[in-house]
This record gives sequence, structure tokens and C-alpha cells, in this order.
Amino acid sequence: MSHPILSVEDVSKTYDGFKAITDLTFYLFPGELRTVIGPNGAGKSTFFDLITGRARPDKGKIEFGASTAPSQDLTKLNEYEINRLGIGRKFQTPSVFVEHSVWHNLVLSLKGSRGVFASLFHRLSSTERDRIDELLKLIRLDGKRDWKAGLLAHGEKQWLEIGMLLAQDPKVLLVDEPAAGMSDEETHRTGELLLSLAGKHSLVVIEHDMTFVRQIARDNPVTVLHQGHVLCEGKFDEVQANPMVREVYLGRGKHGTR
Amino acid sequence: MSSPTSSHASFGARHREFLVVGVLLALLTVVFPVLNAYGVISNFTLTLWGKYLCYALLGLSVDLLWGYTGLLSLGQALFFSLGGYMLGMHLMLLIGPLGSYAKAGQNPAGLPDFMVFLGHTFLPPFWRPFNSFGFAAVMVFVLPGLLALIFGFLAFRSRIKGVYFSILTQALTYASMILFFRNDLTMGGNNGFTDFKFILGHSLDDKITGPATMRGLFVVSSVVLLLVCLFCHWLNGTKFGLVRQAIRDGENRVLFSGYATAHYKLFIFVVAAMIAAIGGALFVPQAGIINPDQMSPAKSIEAVVWVAVGGRGTIIGPIIGAIGINALRSWATHAYPDSWLIILGAIFLVVVLFLPGGVVSLPAKLTSLWRRRSPAPSAPAVAVTKPAPDRA
Repeated sequence: MSHPILSVEDVSKTYDGFKAITDLTFYLFPGELRTVIGPNGAGKSTFFDLITGRARPDKGKIEFGASTAPSQDLTKLNEYEINRLGIGRKFQTPSVFVEHSVWHNLVLSLKGSRGVFASLFHRLSSTERDRIDELLKLIRLDGKRDWKAGLLAHGEKQWLEIGMLLAQDPKVLLVDEPAAGMSDEETHRTGELLLSLAGKHSLVVIEHDMTFVRQIARDNPVTVLHQGHVLCEGKFDEVQANPMVREVYLGRGKHGTR
Repeated sequence: MSSPTSSHASFGARHREFLVVGVLLALLTVVFPVLNAYGVISNFTLTLWGKYLCYALLGLSVDLLWGYTGLLSLGQALFFSLGGYMLGMHLMLLIGPLGSYAKAGQNPAGLPDFMVFLGHTFLPPFWRPFNSFGFAAVMVFVLPGLLALIFGFLAFRSRIKGVYFSILTQALTYASMILFFRNDLTMGGNNGFTDFKFILGHSLDDKITGPATMRGLFVVSSVVLLLVCLFCHWLNGTKFGLVRQAIRDGENRVLFSGYATAHYKLFIFVVAAMIAAIGGALFVPQAGIINPDQMSPAKSIEAVVWVAVGGRGTIIGPIIGAIGINALRSWATHAYPDSWLIILGAIFLVVVLFLPGGVVSLPAKLTSLWRRRSPAPSAPAVAVTKPAPDRA
């Protein structure tokens, strides 16, 4: 592993005196699938906010870039510019366009020009249609393509949003609690999907469900956040065995350690 | 017209709506002037309906922003008025020797009457180009468009949203009204422009030829409205239409999907301003007057009521609302002059509380009510699982 595709160095963010993130340093390498866990209020979502331009860090550096191109300072860019660089985000609560059909949700997300005038005269090419068909099969919403997204079940919305993320074909996927509200079987399938994306894409997955974390973290590193900074990093078993982690998170969480 | 983005059949409903609007407007364009020419419809009624059509344009401009994009602008009456003022300047300069002062031999410089009254001896420089109809017609688009561009750029760049955006547009309109009330703006002060005589060589107030001019203006208004509807319909089918609606329903997701939402909002804000401005420009020769009252807060809010009552997020809704409410007003201000505002308020309340989709949602609502009464037990379940069309 050479150059990190995403580097977060010494970043802090305070909201009205509350230290959401403190001196956080984090590297993501190309093709990696990283799981981020941590108790409520550990700063996981703020961490994504900082990377995606929703919030600006008070201090620190956030850079994006493969080894081939000069890296980009994300703290100077806004949401859509960061997205256009190839960083896609799935929100904690599924955020799909509820009034649009499933198909149109994917049309809107599909990689391509984002300009106003281009959008006036854009026509779907057959390649684009095929790509959407392919995604619909992948997220198993093929039969519901004409449904209003607002009518989908919670788990289906989660899948749709993952599909929308994939339609953007981002280099880095930031996935916030993808399995929330899913059945065990759906959760497992989500895990399989994320695992299949690693390698081609780089992923950061925030998750609470420990069964799910165990599934996707097989040989992949896990980062534990606590009070806005990295408590420890390592293989799932190592992290689980870490007494500090047990103390702040696993030991007293409702998920238990088994 | 085929939709560039759709994969499916739901745009059947979309086309049906436009077809209804198109046929109705085409009929109106032909039938009203013909009936008027044969004396079945009075000149007064024809002009009244001509003004309704202009209000329908104002309603559509509100709907483009509020119904489709989620931007409740309380400033569309400003753009409507500015469009009216731009054409009004040209009409004022056409009065020439027919003005009251000129007739009395007291207007050697050929100024509009209000300028003579205020003691001006020469035409202010910015008035001069308005001698040309072409220039005035271009300015109908340029001035409101430019104002919308500058205001929208600042507002959307600062991410002003929701009620703050509404208040700012309202404030802009109010400030402009106060500005236009001032005599030293040389835009007619509180009397505005009136007493027009000609447009493009046709008389506006002649007993014999005036009605023909009015018929012409009616046809132009109706055709322009039809073209604007066609434009809105086309826009709905583009990817722009999808993005715009997505901004209304969840702007964050749109931002995080790589769209500069501010650019989209700015585009539609400028387009809506121009549509309102054409409405205003067509309104002025038919109404025979434009004054700062048109910019009063009540006017903008009234336009919002038309859209709410007719049905926002549809093309036909604002037209029904604008014509319906104004026709009702014409009747009520004669029949119950004291209660008009109460009637208007009551209609608005009823729509907001019981018919959020407006009048256009009434048929669907009645049908579903009727279905629920009918014995088929599976009907509600079907209604839930049936793929809903994007938007009726």
C-alpha cells in the first residue's frame, strides 16, 4: 500500500464548545474497506461531515488524491465539488428522493455532467440505461423501478441509496450505517455487496451492528472512534480484545462481546 | 415528445395534463375573440379575461418556484410590475400630442403628462431608448431577469432558504414599491402610468378600433400563455426537471450527488422572473394602467393563493387558480363588496386544510373516496402497493 487516497491529519471540530472531533488522524488506502465503530457521540457522523464538506474543520488537513494526481485539499471545497472528485456518501437515515421513481433516483445519481445547461438537453444513452438496469438488479429493485421511492420499505430505501452511490461510480464511498433497519438476511447481503466493492473502490463504513461489522471486517482494519479521536485501529479480533475498547464501547454496549 | 429520462409509462399522465391545457387554451384563443367580434361577449369581459391570462402567467411563475422547486417567492409581483413598467414607458411615449398638457399647448417637449406636471422640461436620458418598441420589449426581459440574477445569485450563494428566502423576496418587493412611489424616480410616482393611446400603431382607447386591438392583445396573451405552458411541460420532462424537483424534496442529497443546487435555483429564478415580466407587459395595455400598487405585498401573496388553490406542482393548477380566483373576485366585489377578503381567506383555509393538492387534486380525491365506499375489499391494498406515478 502506497499513497493514501484519503488522509485526515490532526483535524479538530468544535460545535458550541462541544469537541466533536479532536486531533483526529486517519488514512484510507486505495481499495481498502475500513469499518469505523464507536459509541454514540464518538464523532462518526461529524467525521463524514468534515470529509464531504458539510462542515469545515477548525484545524487540520483533509486531502484526497491517488498517487498519480496531485492531492486535493478538501477543506477548501464545498459538497458538490468534493462529490465530483469522486467521494460519495450514504447518509445515516436513508436519503433518497421520495417523490421520484426508483428509476429517476438512479438517473439523477448516474455519473455524468452536473451542469444546468447540460441537464436541459441530457438524454439517456443506451449505455446509461444498461447501467441503471444493471444497478437495479444488483440492489434487487428491478421489479419496483417505477415505484415512488417514498413507498419503499426502509431496507429497500437503504439499498436504493447504496445503488445511487454506486451509480456515481465514486473512488471513495462513505457509508453511514447501511444495515440499519434491515432484516438479518438483508444485512448479510449488504455486507456481501460492500465486500465485493472493496478493491475497485475504497470504502469507509460506519456501523453499530457487531454481527455486521464482524462480517465485513473479516481481514479488513477496524477503527474505533471515541470522544472525537481514534482510540485504536487494527483487525476486528485485536480491537475486540483491546481492554480500552471493551471499557468504552463493547463492554457496556447493548451489543455485548459474546 | 418523448421524455429523455423516463423509462416507463408514467409520463402518460404528464402528457395528458398538457393536452388538456393546450386544447383549452387553443379554444379560448379562438372562441373568445370570435364571440366578442360578433357581440356575444362584451368588450369589458374580453379585456377582463385577457387580464386573467396575464395573471395566469404570474401564477405559473410562482408555481415554477414554489410548486416545482420549493422556493416560496413572495416577489413575483415585482417582476410582473417591472415587465409592465418597461412596456408602459414605451406606451407613455406614444401618447404624444394626445396628452392633456399637449392638447392645452403646454407640452412643447412632448413629455408624458406626469413629467410636465412635475416640472420637467426634457425627457430623462434613460427614457429615450424606450421610444423604440423593440428596446422596450427587450427590456421587459432584461431588467427583471437581471434583477433576479443579481438577487438570486446573492441569496442562493449564501444558502438562504425557506421562510428566510420568502421574507427577503417580500422585502425586495416592498422596497421597490417604495422606490417607485417616489416622484424623483420619474416613473410616474404613485399614479404610475395610465391613459395609454396606442400600441404598435393600434389604438387602445378608440371606440371603433380599440376593441380590435384588445382582441389582438387577448390572442397574444393566450398564445404566450400556451407557449409558456409548453415550455414548463418540456422542462418537466428534462433532467433539469428531475433535479429541480429533487431540490424541493431533499436539497442535501442533491448537493451530495454533485449538483451545484444554487445554479439550478438561480436558473429557474431568472426564468420565472421573465415569465412574470411577460405577464406584466401584456397586462399593462389591457388594464390601461400600471402603478406601484401592483408591487404591494398583498399582490404577491395573492398570486401564491391562486397557485395553492389551483394546485401547485402542476401546470394547469395555477391557471385554474388565477382565472378562478380573479373571476370570483370580479363577481364578489360587485355582489358582496365588503366580504371579498373574507371569502378569499376562507377559500385559502379550506384548500390548505382539506385539499392540499388544490382544485386539480379534487377528481382523484373524489374517485378514491368513491372507491373506498364501493364493496371491493382489496381496493385500499391495491392503492398502497400500486406504483404511484411520479406526480399527478
